[in-house]
Amino acid sequence: MEGVARMSWARPSPLPPAREGKPPREPRTHTTYRGGRCRRPNQCPLRAPPNKRPADWLLRPSAALPWQPGNRTRRPSIQASGSQSRGPSPAPPASDTMSVRTLPLLFLNLGGEMLYILDQRLRAQNIPGDKARKVLNDIISTMFNRKFMEELFKPQELYSKKALRTIYDRLAHASIMRLNQASMDKLYDLMTMAFKYQVLLCPRPKDVLLVTFNHLDAIKGFIQDSPAIQHQVEETFRQLTEVYGGLPAGEFQLIRQTLLIFFQDLHIRVSIFLKDKVQNSNGRFVLPVSGPVPWGTEVPGLIRMFNDKGKEVKKVEFKHGGHYVTAPKEGSFELYGDRVLKLGTNMYSMNRPVETHMSGASKSLASRTQESIAPNPLAKEELNFLARLMGGMEIKKPSGPEPGFRLNLFTTDEEEEQAALTRPEELSYEVINIQATQDQQRNEELARIMGEFEVTDQPRQSASKGDDLLAMMDEL
Amino acid sequence: MFRRERSLPLRGSAAALCNNLSVLQVPARNLTHFGVVHGPSAQLLSAAPEGVPLAQRKLHAKEGAGVSPPLITQVHWCVLPFRVLLVLTSHRGIQMYESDGSVMVYWHALDSGDASPVQAVFARGIASSGRFICVGTWSGRVLVFDIPAKGPNIVLSEELAGHQTSVTDIATEPAQGQDCVADMVTADDSGLLCVWRSGPEFKLMTQIPGFGVPCPSVQLWHGTVAAGYGDGQVRLYEASTGTLHVQISAHARAICALDLAPEVGKLLSAAEDTFVHIWKLSRSPESGHTEVEHCHGECVPDTQVCGARFCDPSGSSFAVTGYDLAEILRFSSV
Repeated sequence: MEGVARMSWARPSPLPPAREGKPPREPRTHTTYRGGRCRRPNQCPLRAPPNKRPADWLLRPSAALPWQPGNRTRRPSIQASGSQSRGPSPAPPASDTMSVRTLPLLFLNLGGEMLYILDQRLRAQNIPGDKARKVLNDIISTMFNRKFMEELFKPQELYSKKALRTIYDRLAHASIMRLNQASMDKLYDLMTMAFKYQVLLCPRPKDVLLVTFNHLDAIKGFIQDSPAIQHQVEETFRQLTEVYGGLPAGEFQLIRQTLLIFFQDLHIRVSIFLKDKVQNSNGRFVLPVSGPVPWGTEVPGLIRMFNDKGKEVKKVEFKHGGHYVTAPKEGSFELYGDRVLKLGTNMYSMNRPVETHMSGASKSLASRTQESIAPNPLAKEELNFLARLMGGMEIKKPSGPEPGFRLNLFTTDEEEEQAALTRPEELSYEVINIQATQDQQRNEELARIMGEFEVTDQPRQSASKGDDLLAMMDEL
Repeated sequence: MFRRERSLPLRGSAAALCNNLSVLQVPARNLTHFGVVHGPSAQLLSAAPEGVPLAQRKLHAKEGAGVSPPLITQVHWCVLPFRVLLVLTSHRGIQMYESDGSVMVYWHALDSGDASPVQAVFARGIASSGRFICVGTWSGRVLVFDIPAKGPNIVLSEELAGHQTSVTDIATEPAQGQDCVADMVTADDSGLLCVWRSGPEFKLMTQIPGFGVPCPSVQLWHGTVAAGYGDGQVRLYEASTGTLHVQISAHARAICALDLAPEVGKLLSAAEDTFVHIWKLSRSPESGHTEVEHCHGECVPDTQVCGARFCDPSGSSFAVTGYDLAEILRFSSV
């Protein structure tokens, strides 16, 4: 009740007459500053919740601040796929990461790596050509869906690793292919380590854009007989050029730092990297001290001294320790062109077995486990954005009884089972167990969106129609 | 010649930020303090002379409304005439602690008023000048705090406007007598350097234009500005006039940290190409020009260096941190 009395304009609505022998009722709602009744009594910060559970109360971000006229709630409107959003979407909360433009680059590059790996496994497992093509086409089409791309390119923070993993889980299941938990884990490990390697080895921070373009070039190669999807990918190219083409070097440095902070402490050993001597046996990547310098950098080794008039008076060489040469040319940032950089191209096209090793990486994971164990009271906020993003994902329902198949990222089924059992605790992508939300309305919205994603023949045990987002994440 | 000493273990790895190491010498108690940013937390470590780690402490950025905990951008010890404060900058604001990190003395929240939604809001770049502590921000403004000799009564005395892009680093030097012109230099993401004179009111003396490459680290020594750039170059300018004296193609990747040993005029440069170089600065007696000589180069294999500092004012030992590395590497001269 105190919340209502605090605001001078907030007057409690007239109470019903007190009943005999019963305590007086609390007002169910209050009058807003505009003079009408508050239309959201269940969520209004000025009114104490009916069951007075402090934990739930804290979960609502708007409750942390006293309501001021003009203060918008931070809860975005959930969009049902296929319909227009109702009015302008609220701004995402103030950024706590270094750069709010990092998510598209992260998503597209990880998605590209995922397609490389899936393509290689489909060939290795001798999946019939038409099914393999259909799977890749479906996943690419979902990834580059226009509405999804629109949501992705809005300035926002990076999602947590768990939230991102959920998106890729959805994406991998956008077609008739199925992946077990162990295979999905391995796929995600490979994707993240590959992109971490690419970011770390980028000569200039701006080259991460060239890496993205390499991925998109290869994705265009996967698409067959579908000019519509080709057009979607080219549209994304244009959007990337528009957003990132004019960014100054300082901004790219920030983006690079944000990505590296995201990948901090990941040291999973990947056999293809170990074989190519690109990763050491302790899980760290090899940073070469030879080769071409980045475009725009001079080969180190020269000291030049000038006088007051700017004339060079002395030139001294020194031994810098590396073996660098000048860069031959700059990679192209156009729609078509020679990117020069090899990072981001398909290294799996050699049909080599791809394994990840889990052991020996636990020492550096101490800090990671702390992050995943500590309960995050604002995880719901993130789920809202996740729901909005995935609301834009249009998964095409398969027409007719298309039989699905299961892809295995390991060489045998037994290996897959073994991997699932022996996966170290710290590396399991456990999602936080969030209690079901009190908000019935939001629950239904999320349920409706997830219902659209349902593929008909799903071998899930509790296949209740319209799994809501939280239950799906708990299943992971 | 330098040899590798015992490393100091950290509880969490160092984040891929620039200037990600701060060292405080406490000769009275024969201790050295180290400060490293992990991400959402910063670690303080104190060690005895032989590299024996003694105490560790973890500091966090103050929480705020957001999806993830705010990230720390820099941690730095500021030595003032009567006290030493530890300053922590993050995406929320500026926190100041007593030198051992035990008590927070001051908190300043950043004003994100006119930031566009695509702009990240943070503070970065910390230095002390006399009784002032200067901290840079995302907008290019430099906040100047007036620190009393004792107590938490810290006041924001000035906001310096000179930069249009985010400040990366600030360097100061004790004033060299009455005729000293400049004793503070600030650098930003566009490579622009602003040279200031400190006092009750700070005055902008010179601006040294950039060339489109960020300047992540800057140092000041006897009127010479040493700036490390994102293309691996180290440039030395005359602080009062802004003329370029020396241009060194020092590294093959972006420079992430510079440090000075003021007693001997040694400059330490570290970059993402895994190399750390030590240079000797001097003034030639005939022409009076600044000259640079390369003293030593050290390769830290497979490590993207993110912070490097001298551990003593004579430059006989230095420490290095690297991205994803959960230890502080130490080197000392033989």
